[in-house]
Order: sequence, then C-alpha cells, then structure tokens
Amino acid sequence: MTDHAGTAGRAPAPPSFLSRLGQSRNALGLAFMLPAGVFLICFLAYPLGLGVWLGFTDARIGRTGQFIGLENYQFLWIDAVFWLSVFNTLLYTITASILKFGLGLWLALILNQHLPFKAFFRAIVLLPWVVPTVLSGIAFWWIYDSQFSIVSWSLIKLGVIDHYINFLGEANMARASVIAANVWRGIPFVAISLLAGLQTISPSLHEAATLDGATPWQRFRYVTLPMLSPIISVVMTFSVLFTFTDFQLIYVLTKGGPVNATHLMATLSFQRAIPGGQLGEGAAIAVAMIPFLLAAILFSFFGLQRRKWQQGGSD
Amino acid sequence: MASVQIRDVRKSFGAVSIIKGVDVEIREGEFVILVGPSGCGKSTLLRMIAGLEHITSGDILIGDRVVNNVPPKERDIAMVFQNYALYPHMKVADNMAFSLKLRKAPQSEIDQRVKRAAEILSLTPLLDRYPRQLSGGQRQRVAMGRAIVRDPQVFLFDEPLSNLDAKLRVQMRTEIKELHQRLKTTTVYVTHDQIEAMTMADKIVVMHDGIVEQVGAPLELYDRPANLFVAGFIGSPAMNMLKGKIKAGNPATFVANDGTTLPLAVVPAGSDGRPAVFGIRPEHVRLDPNGQPAKVVVTEPTGAETHVVVHFAGQEMTCVFRERIAARPGDTLTISVDPSVTHLFDAESGLRL
Repeated sequence: MTDHAGTAGRAPAPPSFLSRLGQSRNALGLAFMLPAGVFLICFLAYPLGLGVWLGFTDARIGRTGQFIGLENYQFLWIDAVFWLSVFNTLLYTITASILKFGLGLWLALILNQHLPFKAFFRAIVLLPWVVPTVLSGIAFWWIYDSQFSIVSWSLIKLGVIDHYINFLGEANMARASVIAANVWRGIPFVAISLLAGLQTISPSLHEAATLDGATPWQRFRYVTLPMLSPIISVVMTFSVLFTFTDFQLIYVLTKGGPVNATHLMATLSFQRAIPGGQLGEGAAIAVAMIPFLLAAILFSFFGLQRRKWQQGGSD
Repeated sequence: MASVQIRDVRKSFGAVSIIKGVDVEIREGEFVILVGPSGCGKSTLLRMIAGLEHITSGDILIGDRVVNNVPPKERDIAMVFQNYALYPHMKVADNMAFSLKLRKAPQSEIDQRVKRAAEILSLTPLLDRYPRQLSGGQRQRVAMGRAIVRDPQVFLFDEPLSNLDAKLRVQMRTEIKELHQRLKTTTVYVTHDQIEAMTMADKIVVMHDGIVEQVGAPLELYDRPANLFVAGFIGSPAMNMLKGKIKAGNPATFVANDGTTLPLAVVPAGSDGRPAVFGIRPEHVRLDPNGQPAKVVVTEPTGAETHVVVHFAGQEMTCVFRERIAARPGDTLTISVDPSVTHLFDAESGLRL
C-alpha cells in the first residue's frame, strides 16, 4: 500500500526531449518553414547573391574572377550598346504595358458582357498565355519571316503593299514586331485578371448608377474604373515586371538584332555572359536591372496601399 | 408625385413565365407594398417599374405617361436596393450628390439638397465618411438619402430591411413610414415579410407565382382574405386550416374530417355537404370551460402571450392566448372559437365562401 501511495504521490516523469519538441509551437513552425526556406535560399537568395558578387569580379567562363570593384559598371557606363539596351528595355516595357493594359481592359469589358458561348471565349483568351513562350516565339518568327510571312503575303494578295515587309530586319520595325508579340502574349493575364475584378463589382451598383442618370461611359468612368483601380495596380505591376525581365521572346525572334536594336537588358546580359564568356560583365548588366525593378515594386507598394474607401470600420 | 398604373403586365424569360398578367393601380402619394414568398415575381415587377427589366407585354404608366420604353433615368424614379448599392469609393455626401452632379445641377443646389436630405435622415455628422465606415442602419439611411435628394416622382424600395437585424428593422420601419408621411411621395415597396407589409402599407398587393392574389388595405387582408393563399400568408402565426365539410342546418356547422363539429356564422345557400376549409387565426381561439377538448403538444410562452400548439380536430393547431397557460404537454385544454371571426374557403378552388 505504501508503495502505491508513493507512486501516486510522485510527479509524472518529465516528458522526453522528443515529445517536448513535438509539442513546441516554435519547433513545429521551424519544421514547416524549413523546406520552403531551403528552397528559397538555394534557388533565389544564393543565385542573386552570386550574381551581385560576380558583377564585382572579372570572372569568365572557366576562370574564377578576381574582385575588381566597380570596374564592370564603369565600363558599362561608357558602353553605348548597354545604354541602347536600357533604352530598348524601357521602350519595350512602357509601350507593351500600355498596350496590354488598354487592350486587356477592353477585352475584359467585352468578356464581362452576356455573350453567347461566354465560357468558350474566356477559355480561348487564355490560349496565348498557355502556349509555351518559345513555341509562340517560333510561331511569330514564321509570321515575321522575310520570305514566308503570312502578314506580308496577305497584304500583297489584298493589294495593300507590293513587296514583302522586312519585319525583323529593320531596327524600328523589329522593335514594333517584338512588342506586338509580347502584347499578344501578355493580354490574357491582364484581361483575365481584370475580368475577375470586374466580376466583383455588384451589378446593383451599375443599376443604381443607371437610375441616377449615368450614361454607359459615365458608369465606366465613375463606377467601374475607380472600383477596379486596386486590381489594376496589382496586375500592371506584375505585367511591368514580367515585361521588363523578358528574355525568351526576344531570344527566339531576334537574339537582340538587327544591330542590337532589340537587345533588352536581359538578353544583353546573357549575350555577354554566356556566348561572350564575360560572366562578370553579364552579371553587372543583370544587377543594373535591379534599381528599375525596385522602383517598379516601390511604386506598386505605395500605389497598392489600400485606398481610404477600402478600409473598414475604424475612423 | 405621380400615380403608377400597371396594366396586364407580363414578363417571361424565354419559356419561363415570371409575371402572368398583373394589374395594380397605385394612387398619388400612396404607400403600396408588394408582398409574397420568394420567387413570386414581386422584385421583377418593381424592377420593371424602374426600367431595369424589359416588359414582355402590358403597360406601365407613371403619371399619365406609358413608360414601357422609357429608359430608367428618364422615368424620374429613385430606388433603394436590398444591398443599398452605395458607391464604396465615394463619401456619403458624394453618394447622395452623384445623380445631381450627373444632371449638372449647380453646386449650390447640390449642397442645399444634400444638406436637407442629411438633416431629414440625421446623417449630417456622417457626410464625410465612406460607406465602409457606416453601420448597416446608417448605410440604409444613406441609400434613402440618395433617393430623397433626387426628389423623384416615385420611390421604389427593394427589400430594403432584409439585411438588418431584427431590432434595427423595427426602427427603420418606423423611420421609413415617418419619411413617407413627411414627403408624401408615391412609394412602391417590395418585401417578403408580411409584418413589414402590415405595419407600413396603405395598400398591400399579395403576389404568388406571378399573379396578384389580393389587393387591399392591411386590415382588409387580415379580416377578409380572398383565398387560402392570402389567409395563410397574412398573419403570424399563420392561420389554422381545418379540412372537412359544411353541414347545413340552423345554425350551420362545419364538420372536420375527424368528426369534430364547429359552429359557422353564415353559409352560402346550397352548400350542404360541400368540401371546405375552415380557417381560424391562432389569436381567435379562446379558452372556454364549456368548449371542446384539445390536447397540448407544445407551449411557447413569449411573455405578453402564450403560443400553444394543440392537437385538435385530427391535426395540430396553433393557438395564441393572452392568458398565461400553466398546461404541460399532454394536458387537455378546453377551447372554443367565435364563429364571427372564422373564415371558410372552398376546398377545391381555395376561394373564400
């Protein structure tokens, strides 16, 4: 009996280290975060860090670089091709983004109407986005081909022009061509996202505005557009980031030509680093993109801050 | 202010007929409530008056003008939506001023009208807020303010109180009624809540399955429902319906299916043996020591009155007593009904006899 009383009175044995670990919220949290953390460090943080470091070295393929400070950047500062690529990138990004926004919004507004075969059209619109970029790049390459271009062929048959257009052979034509291809590819993202935004706008708001005497244009201007503005800023930020860092389309269509007229910073960076072998210089060009991207992100960060009217309750 | 006339209006979506020939006459300044269960077409009818839905056939007149093909903004009506439909990105003042701004009214007139509407609805301290920052009742008032500012011919309300909690609903009911008494603008109000209809309306239009079942003043519908549908829809708790036959005699009686006999006041001639439905409102059942026995199933004391479900004449029947009842389930009460407040309907057609 005394034995029993003794056992019962004793405090229970302290839990083992493992079972305490299993109970700890922090340990559990760490365990769940670890896979994602390892992934991000290996495939995002490390390459970025390495890229920045390479930008400060004279590394070439097959040779570890020496630290040379800002020499790569000093060289780029006086490199006309680099500045041309900056100009091309800005032109490409700004023009394509404006076109994608305008056409995407227009398409979203159309798809938001009650159309026959609505679901079918919505699915069709996504196609350019679903097709792998390289594949659509190759398709556009054929469309723009100087001898087999279907556009030129059609225009000639229609009697609009009398010789084949040299789409990718002339500087401004090439720029317009790659922008057109990028716009074609980028519209679905903008259109479908804005369509999702449009569908969150209650139809009764439009009805109320109709009863208030608003014309269709006024309804768009005073109801649709302001209510869509938060999603517009998100979508356009992403669109600008995607466009600015574009590589595949250019690489397939022109490889930066003719005479660097369509070289973007991304393609120039690759061109210098891999085929050119100047890893350090290529990395420096890639790093030079960061300030632009950061500016776009900061712009969206402040632009995306919730509008006053979206805030709830407290005043 | 204007009258509204609805003449044999029909509406179908494809092969589905939603409104099957409705005639309603709304006089100037009247407060008319369209009431009915979900899907009866009441909201569609209101939206047709607003011009938000096309009319398949028939005519709608606002004032003396047929408005079938008049666009909504030229009908001079204002509508309060169930979800209020306030523009979330505009402050309260801008919400109310929107229609005037579109109309290009001078700023001084806009300010003055918004100020007046805000005073009527005690919204003045809220004019600088966004809809998100308002409570449900305040949003409701802003929606009404937006309607008042326009000073329209007709106000349309589409279930405006159904998003509010019970207490606020009672309060807003009173406010809307006061507003109508003050502005005297013709009002068409849609609700599925018969209590709202009874308390607020000058005239109630009971709709069911796309037709008008009965039009009348609230108490008229309560006292003399034209058919079984109206009898069951108006009044809470709902009227008890006993099935049976009429037995002529002096006095005539109603014999329920289980043989229970109930007195009848007046019986149309030649209706001996006719299958009928005997209607008695729960509040018209009385406790009577000399009455008929009824077995208590459930008692629900509400304080002011006691709801008792009893087993009577072969079915369950709800009674409302002003007295406090101590009976427990299984006990027997003795009850009687006053023949002057009972209702008799034809079993087949459902029409009042």
